[in-house]
Amino acid sequence: MSVLVFADTSEGIYKKSTLETVSYAKAISDLLGSELVAVSMNATDNTALQNYGANQIVNVQSASLNNKQYAATLTQIAKEKNSTVVVLGNNAIGNSVAPLIAAQLKAGYTSNVVAVPINTAPFTVVRKNFSGKAFGQTQILSEVKVIGLAKNSFGIVEKPTTATVTDFQATETNTTLASVSVDKNSGKIAIADADIVVSGGRGLKEASNFSLIEDLAEVLGAATACSKPVSDMGWRPHSEHVGQTGKPVAANLYIAVAISGAIQHLAGVNASKTKVVINTDPEAPFFKAADYGIVGDAFEVVPKLIEKLKAFKAENA
Amino acid sequence: MKILVCISHVPDTTSKINFNNELTEFDTNGVQFVINPYDEFALTRAIWFQEKQGAKVTVVHVGDASTEPTLRKCLAIGADDAIRIDAVPTDGFFVAQQLAEIYKQGEYDLILTGKESIDYNGAMVPGLLASFLDIDFVNACISLEIDGTTATAETEIDGGTETFTANLPLVVAGQKGLVEEKDLKIPNMRGIMMARKKPLSIVAPVEATAVTEIERFEKPAQKAACKMIDANDVDQLIELLHNEAKVI
Ligand SMILES: Cc1cc2nc3c(=O)[nH]c(=O)nc-3n(C[C@H](O)[C@H](O)[C@H](O)COP(=O)(O)OP(=O)(O)OC[C@H]3O[C@@H](n4cnc5c(N)ncnc54)[C@H](O)[C@@H]3O)c2cc1C
Ligand SMILES: Cc1cc2nc3c(=O)[nH]c(=O)nc-3n(C[C@H](O)[C@H](O)[C@H](O)COP(=O)(O)OP(=O)(O)OC[C@H]3O[C@@H](n4cnc5c(N)ncnc54)[C@H](O)[C@@H]3O)c2cc1C
Repeated sequence: MSVLVFADTSEGIYKKSTLETVSYAKAISDLLGSELVAVSMNATDNTALQNYGANQIVNVQSASLNNKQYAATLTQIAKEKNSTVVVLGNNAIGNSVAPLIAAQLKAGYTSNVVAVPINTAPFTVVRKNFSGKAFGQTQILSEVKVIGLAKNSFGIVEKPTTATVTDFQATETNTTLASVSVDKNSGKIAIADADIVVSGGRGLKEASNFSLIEDLAEVLGAATACSKPVSDMGWRPHSEHVGQTGKPVAANLYIAVAISGAIQHLAGVNASKTKVVINTDPEAPFFKAADYGIVGDAFEVVPKLIEKLKAFKAENA
Repeated sequence: MKILVCISHVPDTTSKINFNNELTEFDTNGVQFVINPYDEFALTRAIWFQEKQGAKVTVVHVGDASTEPTLRKCLAIGADDAIRIDAVPTDGFFVAQQLAEIYKQGEYDLILTGKESIDYNGAMVPGLLASFLDIDFVNACISLEIDGTTATAETEIDGGTETFTANLPLVVAGQKGLVEEKDLKIPNMRGIMMARKKPLSIVAPVEATAVTEIERFEKPAQKAACKMIDANDVDQLIELLHNEAKVI
């Protein structure tokens, strides 16, 4: 018996969200009293996983794999290692691979899980439902369970161990999917990876005013985002649209500038730990969902905030 | 080309989410149901293939009779016919098994879905379906072209986009971007009239088991009141973010 976790990398390095997923999987393996097997994808140094409790590291080095090839590889390892729980992070790759593995292992899958299982028999997890407007306690009835972890819901926990490392050849599978090009938003921080997200709404009046959002994001090392109408009008790219029908945000800090706080917007960003709202209208619904609020004109408040933050950063560098 | 579009029937995005007294079931009282927003992008793209490339578009949904207005709306928007699998969708595994059966009977070239339902947020039906049928799968698709039996699909990856080619048949889970927001269709009178005459068949579910079960719902804890800061005192905000929230 074992718990299997998928440890993906970006340019050879484990992202923070991957270390969180591994930490979470370790907590489950502790609950079950079984070993943690980490499948490491293209890491330059996989020993880093020992700090987070991996007992076995299965090292896969391969040219880019598509979702079906990932799933075949993880399924084969899960079978060889007798895994009863398979854990992935709910990022783009995890989201497309997890259901494929679940189908192969005839396993129940729950995505967007926010905590360690509240019970192991029957196996019960808590997950987000209704776009974060509720949580559902869900039992997974199958013998093998596949879990997708919602970002920023568990944290990174160090648990040093010594792991055995074995190499594994990616599993072959029949597929016609062929990657023709990859287009990275170079130099920009992805919303999914960001600790801080700065977001602008329709109240900013035109596309060029989003330089305010970009400047604020730059001082904070933050990703930029926007409300739906802003992307609908083409002021910002679709990839920046956050909310119930856009990207979910679960950042440590979310700063909403000139966004009213419509229910669909809030549903997608509520999972952020600290929310700051800057809006001219004291009645804007967003204030009810925020931790800190400033009633004021973005065109006056944001430049001041940028200036003061620069000073703060210089002092605390 | 035959396209199967899988439709999820979900509470309108403005709905207040409430549960029964035992907190075991979603309370549908007073709730307006709509086509899942992601599925609307998928359906609109399917209708584009119908108009430009002569595709035939079938919509399919697993649900009880109360969901039929949602299917009629799909027909009014332009789908050629509809299938309702008469069963309460108890989990994604169950739903995907039902859809797999419809696919096998219909010889479809393309299955379009949304990437996630906005109610239960399972994010699994399209992937499970592809895997059950052993055909290729593209998730989070933001652009799709079909040329003969080859698809070119652009998808969102972490920190960018990736473009794939694949042979049909294929499962594609769509989202915003697949079509422009302004091209989403609102049913007009003529569409609504025509929809009444289009075939909507009701089929019995096949034997299939659910592998998950929701026991209980909870609402997020109430938030503490928002701390208001004077617009002339952004230093205070920085101080609070640094010392109290510890996020900068
Ligand atoms: C099916 C559906 C799905 C949707 N999904 C989403 C979603 O995923 N994400 C999303 O964001 N929306 C979504 N919406 C849209 C949502 O209902 C709102 O229309 C939208 O969020 C409003 O965007 P906004 O806050 O930028 O604009 P507005 O509501 O117009 O708010 C602008 C705000 O700016 C303030 N303001 C104006 N000038 C200034 C200034 N100088 N300084 C500071 N503040 C100023 C105003 O007081 C106001 O509060 C969805 C809607 C539907 C119907
Ligand atoms: C009375 C009731 C009880 C329920 N109990 C449970 C439960 O105990 N456990 C549980 O996990 N879920 C339960 N559900 C939710 C139900 O499982 C979902 O409707 C179904 O699983 C699909 O949702 P999803 O979030 O998994 O879909 P996703 O995988 O998020 O949907 C992705 C895409 O798949 C397609 N799709 C989704 N659902 C359908 C459908 N019904 N018909 C056709 N295409 C579809 C759509 O294209 C959609 O965009 C219950 C629902 C009802 C009404």
